[in-house]
Amino acid sequence: MNKDNFIVAKKKFNSRLIVGTGKYKNMVECAKAIKISGASIVTVAVRRVNISDKSKPILMDYIDPKKITYLPNTAGCFTSDDALRTLRLAREIGGWKLVKLEVLGDKKNLFPDMIETLKSTEVLSNEGFSVMVYCNDDPLMAKRLENVGASAIMPLAAPIGSGLGILNKTNIRIIRNQTKLPLIVDAGLGQASDATIAMELGCDGVLVNTAIAKAKKPFTMALAFKNAVIAGRQSYLSGRISKNLMGNPSSPTKGII
Amino acid sequence: MRNIKKIKIKINGKIKTVDNQLKLHQLINKLKIPTNKVAIELNREIINKKIINKVKLKNNDVIEIVHFIGGG
Repeated sequence: MNKDNFIVAKKKFNSRLIVGTGKYKNMVECAKAIKISGASIVTVAVRRVNISDKSKPILMDYIDPKKITYLPNTAGCFTSDDALRTLRLAREIGGWKLVKLEVLGDKKNLFPDMIETLKSTEVLSNEGFSVMVYCNDDPLMAKRLENVGASAIMPLAAPIGSGLGILNKTNIRIIRNQTKLPLIVDAGLGQASDATIAMELGCDGVLVNTAIAKAKKPFTMALAFKNAVIAGRQSYLSGRISKNLMGNPSSPTKGII
Repeated sequence: MRNIKKIKIKINGKIKTVDNQLKLHQLINKLKIPTNKVAIELNREIINKKIINKVKLKNNDVIEIVHFIGGG
């Protein structure tokens, strides 16, 4: 069997499902859901240490960064300067160079500010970061990100946390056809089948947080997403039949009694 | 010297009064923060953790200590 490897920034990962570590009830639930999902990359946020309450649990005590790749993000950043500051700090924590850039432009719809995003991608790439870039589903902007050194293109399916699923399949397909970079649908998925659709469109992976963390049963949803990504990838690689307007019988028409 | 001067610093948004000439690593140790799991910024500049025992704090220093938490 041919190897179907998922490679980002020259590093091979076992799972095409990337999961976020936010919004879980607690760290124990988060760690268990991630284990079940089979993810080999998890996104993490950079925030102030709580200096007054030392009893607050530490993420690294629950999810071992030696066993699972941490992908620091810039969630909550609305300017290039804030995003750069955040990722430089993330790198300082322990040498993280593979990062997720996300510069938001609007507090309500959480759409990315692509001007700031583009600027930041270029600076970070020049500083030696491998930048996985959260972006809108615009093929032209995706191309520009690629031109300034992005390591992965991560268009949204829909607004972050909205659960609306993939709103513009055509654009995702166009981006797929124009780039050899890893293409990962990030944000807006609501259920496992959304992940399958993303993979069937030819994406290399999906990034999910809310759809798992806020499901009534996060553990079974984590498993559903794991299977959905595998199914979608296999389906994509298998080469689907063409769509026909009319029927085509599955049983031979010869020899009918 | 019996007369130890006090200085005001801001750490993670909170103002704290500490001894003048306190070194950054002494402050981190006092707060029981594991240095291998954090990044430290002093007046907007990232401080290499290997040299925090050499950094003396001054009045009005602004320190940020960050780590990873859950996020999407």
